[in-house]
Amino acid sequence: MAAEAYITGIGQSQVGQKLTRHPLLLTMDAAREALADAGLTLADIDGISTYPGKMSGYLGFSPVGTEDLIDALHLKVRWYNGGMETSAQLGAIATAAAAVKAGLARHVLCFRTVYEAAAMARPQDYPMNRAPRVDGGTQWTAPFNATSAVTWVAQYAMRHVKKYGLKREQLAQISLTDRKNALLNPRALVREPLTLEQYMEARLIAEPMCLFDCDRFSDASTVIIVSAGDALGDVKATPIRIAAAAYRSERHSWDQTEFMASYPTGAELWKNTDYKPKDVDTVQLYDGFAFLTLTWLEGLGFCGVGEGGKFIEGGHRIALDGELPLNTFGGQIGAGRLHGFGFAHESVVQLRGQGGERQIKGDPKVAVAASGGGPLASALLLARD
Amino acid sequence: MSSSRPLPRLDPDNRFFWTSGEDGKLRFLQCQDCKSFLHPPRPICFNCLSENVAPAVVPGTGVVDTFTVNHQKWSPNMEVPFVIARVAIDGAPGVFLTTNIIDCPVDAVDIGDKVEVSFLQQDDVWLPLFKKVG
Repeated sequence: MAAEAYITGIGQSQVGQKLTRHPLLLTMDAAREALADAGLTLADIDGISTYPGKMSGYLGFSPVGTEDLIDALHLKVRWYNGGMETSAQLGAIATAAAAVKAGLARHVLCFRTVYEAAAMARPQDYPMNRAPRVDGGTQWTAPFNATSAVTWVAQYAMRHVKKYGLKREQLAQISLTDRKNALLNPRALVREPLTLEQYMEARLIAEPMCLFDCDRFSDASTVIIVSAGDALGDVKATPIRIAAAAYRSERHSWDQTEFMASYPTGAELWKNTDYKPKDVDTVQLYDGFAFLTLTWLEGLGFCGVGEGGKFIEGGHRIALDGELPLNTFGGQIGAGRLHGFGFAHESVVQLRGQGGERQIKGDPKVAVAASGGGPLASALLLARD
Repeated sequence: MSSSRPLPRLDPDNRFFWTSGEDGKLRFLQCQDCKSFLHPPRPICFNCLSENVAPAVVPGTGVVDTFTVNHQKWSPNMEVPFVIARVAIDGAPGVFLTTNIIDCPVDAVDIGDKVEVSFLQQDDVWLPLFKKVG
């Protein structure tokens, strides 16, 4: 199918904290694994896509850009893309899918490299360059000491608490599920069990969110290779079709909308496909903060607005052996802050049946991967034909 | 906590807003043709595309739309806990401000609370904080 796009290779570096391996080399580790997986070589790669691109003022957040890979490896690419101004992390993959469908490239190497734990440990090497004053969107939050995104997400969560009766015991099921699944993922950053009691006693960060609702900085790279439908003859791995994508934006302000972009983006995804929520075998949904996952479940229509707490109550429905297995690799809360790309990676693992101990039952054919929070959101519907 | 507040860089778009408290009044940009309020400030009206936009005084009251009690010290000098809230601005439909609710216990704040502006001057900036009324 010429007008289709497929994920044909996936790779990931080691996932750790305070790593000393150069972030470009972590990116190469993930790239080598993805190329070997796909049965391709670097010479086959004619496109590069990333999010958010190299950020010189905040290298830990994004230490490697398209230019680093293209220049270091003397890649001859026909198309490349990277930038903060696309709608969240998986937007880099959705955009690559559009590029291969348009014939701009045959095989696009998409990557996300994070180095936040290393940068915190070695600020002299990876400084955070703060301007003396804040501007842009930051000026509307930082002067009120709402500097961390957790304080923005917490306000949406508090509305769910007050308006829909969301309980901490319910929200706990996101991180409890993540941490349980991470125990079965050899690459997961956090491989210790978490109990509901520990969760309920945890230090509050921004009410109603506690420490265990937050992901942990990690150093890692994840690579996803996106190929054109007419290039599948080059590929040895089972291709996973990008059946639909969505990254809808309305207001680009964290505090001027009633609903985060996960809601309109979730609705948009189903407009772009004939699949329905009932066709989905597993969901891999952004959990930089646990409440974001709940908004994706609601936004994608797996339950109604305000029903997320009841939907995940007890954790059975979203467990590995439940009707809608969630974040089977541990999400970012369990597997580490891979920043969005981990959700696409795991969707492919599950749809190919390569999950090992964490493989979900049956013959999964359809997955949703989603990333982002606040005004940023992107979602992919992935299918094995 | 005042010593740790990052301050906005003033520019032609935002200067009126961050200095509005100098006379104790809260202002937002308003389209002079269709009367829509624009926030964050832009040189064009989203509703009618008029470029005839100017700061307008609002009553300075509002309603807590949602909030959080922040417990984490994000910088060494920060005093916690404190309330971060999103306030729906009276007289400017559709406009919200992220702010702090001050001068009350952190557990005294709830969605729907009526609040009024209380400016905190820091250098050349007047930060619109809010306190409960009634």
